[in-house]
Amino acid sequence: MSVSIEHPAEAHTEHPGYAIFIKVWLVLLVLTGCLVGMSHVSQTYAVWGLLTLTPLKAGLVFYFFMHLKYEGPLFKVVVLVTLGTLLIFFALLFSDVAFH
Amino acid sequence: MTTHASTAQPSYLVDTGTRKGLLAWLTTTDHKRIALLYLYAMSMFFLIAMGIGFVMRLVQLTSFQKLITAQTYNALFTVHGVIMIFLFVIPGLSAVFGNFFLPILIGAKDVSFPRLNLASWYFFMAGAILAVLSLFTGGGAPDTGWSFYAPFSLKTGTNVSLAVFAAFVLGFSSMLTGINFITTIHRMRAPGMQWFRMPLFCWAVYSTAWIQILATPIVAITLVLVILERFFGIGVFDPAKGGDPLLYQHLFWIYSHPAVYIMILPAMGAITEIIPTFAKRTIFGYKAIAFSSMAIAGVGSLVWAHHMFTSGMSGMALMLFSLLTMVVAVPSAVKVFNWVGTLYKGSIDFQPPLLFALTFIFLFCIGGLTGVMQGALAVNVHIHDTYFIVGHFHYVMFGGTGMAFFAALLYWFPKMWGKMYSKKAIYASWFPIFIGFNMLYFGMLILGLMGMPRRYYVHLPQFHTMHVVATVGSWFLVLGLLMFFGTLLYAILKGEKAEDNPWGGVTLEWTIPSPPPLENFETIPIVTHGPYEFGAQEGKS
Repeated sequence: MSVSIEHPAEAHTEHPGYAIFIKVWLVLLVLTGCLVGMSHVSQTYAVWGLLTLTPLKAGLVFYFFMHLKYEGPLFKVVVLVTLGTLLIFFALLFSDVAFH
Repeated sequence: MTTHASTAQPSYLVDTGTRKGLLAWLTTTDHKRIALLYLYAMSMFFLIAMGIGFVMRLVQLTSFQKLITAQTYNALFTVHGVIMIFLFVIPGLSAVFGNFFLPILIGAKDVSFPRLNLASWYFFMAGAILAVLSLFTGGGAPDTGWSFYAPFSLKTGTNVSLAVFAAFVLGFSSMLTGINFITTIHRMRAPGMQWFRMPLFCWAVYSTAWIQILATPIVAITLVLVILERFFGIGVFDPAKGGDPLLYQHLFWIYSHPAVYIMILPAMGAITEIIPTFAKRTIFGYKAIAFSSMAIAGVGSLVWAHHMFTSGMSGMALMLFSLLTMVVAVPSAVKVFNWVGTLYKGSIDFQPPLLFALTFIFLFCIGGLTGVMQGALAVNVHIHDTYFIVGHFHYVMFGGTGMAFFAALLYWFPKMWGKMYSKKAIYASWFPIFIGFNMLYFGMLILGLMGMPRRYYVHLPQFHTMHVVATVGSWFLVLGLLMFFGTLLYAILKGEKAEDNPWGGVTLEWTIPSPPPLENFETIPIVTHGPYEFGAQEGKS
């Protein structure tokens, strides 16, 4: 079936060079090292590391490697809604786990 | 809305491409044909699961249980739940009527991703086939109940792994459909079709689609963890390895409670289309209904742990989830109030779709109010895992979604097939359905309050009278459903030709021929006003 759809102008307006990818990759390596180090200190550190550094790492991947930085506001809002939902799920889950 | 001349294009039911017959249907990317593919498959699954439910009631008719073994009974209630939930009510109105009418209602020629739409149906069928295969392969039909609770689902020798994988595949179908509908609504509305000019069914489908894409991945990952646990013993849900079975319950219900709203929101949307048409009045509180759909989707995603009030979770979580459960009743009540407000002083035309829509409101209210009862912690402790729960969710799922499905089918039937059914036969089928339904499920509510636990193969003598009442009710119900489906099947094959607009509806689907042409509109309509403006018809009684 032929459906005519007007495609919006390409949202990507700028493209990053390899230098930025390598810098982000190095930051990710450092953060991973921190996580591994914290997991050897104690379980509490490991949990807090996972809860803080892992989302930061995921954010960097979203922002640079998955090009969120170069997308329009609609995509950013959609991703924020999704992450916000996830955060609420976590908070409610912790209302059980943290008060056991 | 702006109307336009009827088109010269052939009906979507006529093969116009190079492929003919079954092959043309199996390779179609037309949203209307895909909707019918869903409908035919789902109707078959519904009848199978209904038959299983019928057998389960027969088992309870006698306290001697000579019909089947206890293990078979466990398998039957699992399979009944899996089929009804995953293959009928979750895809339900969204896959059938959403697919068929969403593009038409917003003035589009198709959904945004037609090929992805067909892929969704194939995922649905693949999941269904895997679910059926799980009954006859490995260790036999799963015996865990449809919720696959750990740790039992990790230990049982039955074929849980394949059944869980089937649900995983079905989840893809649901997510892809959700993505398709959201994109369609955002990108393909006709000129002038502003957000608040969309028919409210579109708002309901839109809210549902957001739940589908936000919540389904969670259960998908959870089900993969169950498979990994069974094959590799990774220990996420196994307390012996530091895991937590309660975590499974949380993750399962984070999806599966919002799934209840995936089931009911499109149903509410369909009812919201039917009531103004047969009251010949504009809808009472358009924006309140639109926002209540979004509120149900939002708040409904935060109440999952009310399924776990007796699981031993923390007091803080108990209070929080009890409060949130009460809150979600508010937007649901807004809808009921607005439906009744629309009917008030309307010019009521008591046609079969309205009869089933009113049945929906009545039964859904019983389901909703018994739900609020369970939201209260002290009450919940006493009725948890009893027949009260079974009665409650059948009132919501069957009395709600099921009746709305029937109402929507009756409402849009002339448009979908271009044929009209026998109204007398439908009225006749309503009586056994309504009487049987209430005997069966109100009987279960009473049984639950008396203390009858759910999923038990046998029962104590004090419960027997109500079990007999419920079982006899199931016979009436099945009789009515067979009359209902038989009437519609006969109408598809030999029904009289229907008019383009038999009900006097004013939304866009009633401006095009019945059945609709392949691309719905010869020219895309220009929308100039809201969806429920009846003009001179309004207020006449």
